[in-house]
Amino acid sequence: MALDKNGIAKRIAQELQDGWYINLGIGIPTLVANYVKEGIKIEFQSENGILGMGPFPLEGEEDADLINAGKQTITSLPGASFFDSSMSFAMIRSKKIQLTVLGAMEVSDNGDIANWKIPGKMVKGMGGAMDLVASADNIIVAMQHTNRKGASKLLKKCTLPITGLGCVKKIVTDLAVLDIHPEFGFILKERAPGVSVDEIVAKTDGKLMVPENVPEMSL
Amino acid sequence: MIRKVITNVEDALDGLEDDMTIMFGGFGLSGIPENAIAAIRKRGTKNLTCISNNAGIDGFGLGILLENHQIKKMISSYVGENDEFERQMLSGELEVELIPQGTLAERCRASGSGIPAFFTPAGYGTEVAEGKEVRVFDGKPHILEHAFEASFAFVKAWKGDETGNLIFKGTARNFNPVMAMAGKITVAEVEELLPAGSLDPNSIHIPGVFVHRIFKGEMFEKRIEQRTVIKRN
Repeated sequence: MALDKNGIAKRIAQELQDGWYINLGIGIPTLVANYVKEGIKIEFQSENGILGMGPFPLEGEEDADLINAGKQTITSLPGASFFDSSMSFAMIRSKKIQLTVLGAMEVSDNGDIANWKIPGKMVKGMGGAMDLVASADNIIVAMQHTNRKGASKLLKKCTLPITGLGCVKKIVTDLAVLDIHPEFGFILKERAPGVSVDEIVAKTDGKLMVPENVPEMSL
Repeated sequence: MIRKVITNVEDALDGLEDDMTIMFGGFGLSGIPENAIAAIRKRGTKNLTCISNNAGIDGFGLGILLENHQIKKMISSYVGENDEFERQMLSGELEVELIPQGTLAERCRASGSGIPAFFTPAGYGTEVAEGKEVRVFDGKPHILEHAFEASFAFVKAWKGDETGNLIFKGTARNFNPVMAMAGKITVAEVEELLPAGSLDPNSIHIPGVFVHRIFKGEMFEKRIEQRTVIKRN
C-alpha cells in the first residue's frame, strides 16, 4: 500500500544521523521531526533565524516572536540560538547544515528540482528554496510519486520553472525510495510495503535503474 | 550625544516621499514595524517600492498599505497570504519582484557593509539568473547580485536605548538587523526604550551607529499568522 504523508516522513527520519543540523521545508518535511530515532542528537534549523527549534508550544504559551519559516508558532530547545536572516543563509550556503528536506512538484533524473512556480497560477515566491538547493550537499525530496492527475513527478526533464539544477540526491515518495545518480538517473532502492516494482516503473517517467532485488521499506 | 529619540511617530517619517524605495523588517508578521506602517498609512505616501520578505496579510502589516494603494512595487521572497495583494498583482496594478530569501538578506547586508555586489550560487539556472553575469568559482557557477539602495529602513526591535543600540527577541530578529544596516535613514521602533547605559554592551545586536531615529512603539499587536499549539489534556 502506498505510504501516507506520515509514512513518507517516517522513512525520511531513518536517514537522520547523530550530530546533524537539519533544515525541514514546509509540508511533509515538517512531519519528519515527529519521527526522530531515540538516542541521536540533532538540531533543526529554520531559515527565519533559529537553530534548536522545538515542537509547537503548549496551548496558551504561543509567542508571536517565536515562529518557524512556515510562520507557525514553535518553541526553542535548550542550546538553541537566534540569528538574523543573513547569518541564517550564511550557514546554509557555507554547508553547515548537513541535510535539507523539501517538497517538490517535479524532479528530473539528473537531480533538477522544480518546486516554486506554476505558470498561469498565482506565484507565491521561492522563499529560501533556491538558496537551500543551490548550496546544500545533501537534499532529500519528500513528495507524492504522481500528481493529482496521475502523471509522474519523476521526469526526464522538469517542465515547470526550475528551482535548482542537479542538486537532489534522494527522493522518498508514497511508493518508493530512489537515489539519483548523475549517470544512471533514478535508482530504485526500496518500495513501499505491498507496492510492486511494476507499479513504480509504470509511474516513473525519467530514466530508472531497477536492481535485481528491491527490498520493501521497513518502517 | 547625537539626538535620535523621536517622541512622535509622525516625526520619525520626516523626509519620506512618494516614489521612494523603503525596507521593512520582519518575517511574516513577526518583527514587523507595525507602528511605522500605521503612520505611513496615515501619511498617505504613495508609489512606494517596498523591500520586505513578505507582504503582510489583508488588514495587517504591509497589507494596510496595499489596500490603500500606496505600494507600487514589492521586492520579496514569498508573498501570497494576502487576497488584495493577489488581486493587485493579477490586475497589473502592483509590480512584484521575487528574490531568493538568502539573496534578499545578503543584498541588504551588502548594502549596509559597503559591498556593492557579490556572487551567489542561489538562483543559477533559474529565471532569477536571467540577464545576470555568471562566474565560475571552484567549478561552480555563481550569479552577480547587487546591494540594495533604500532611502529608509523601518525596523522593529525588542529593546533599544537612546543612542540607537538595538536588541531583538527570538525569531523577530530576522531581516531587521541587516535592514537596519542598509537604510540611508534607519528608523527603529522598540518595545522598551531605555536610557544610555541600561543595555549591556556585550548584548547589543545592532550598534546605534546604524540607527538614525528611534522611538517607543505606542502599541504592538503582534498578530500571529499560524497559531500552532499542542493541546493540554
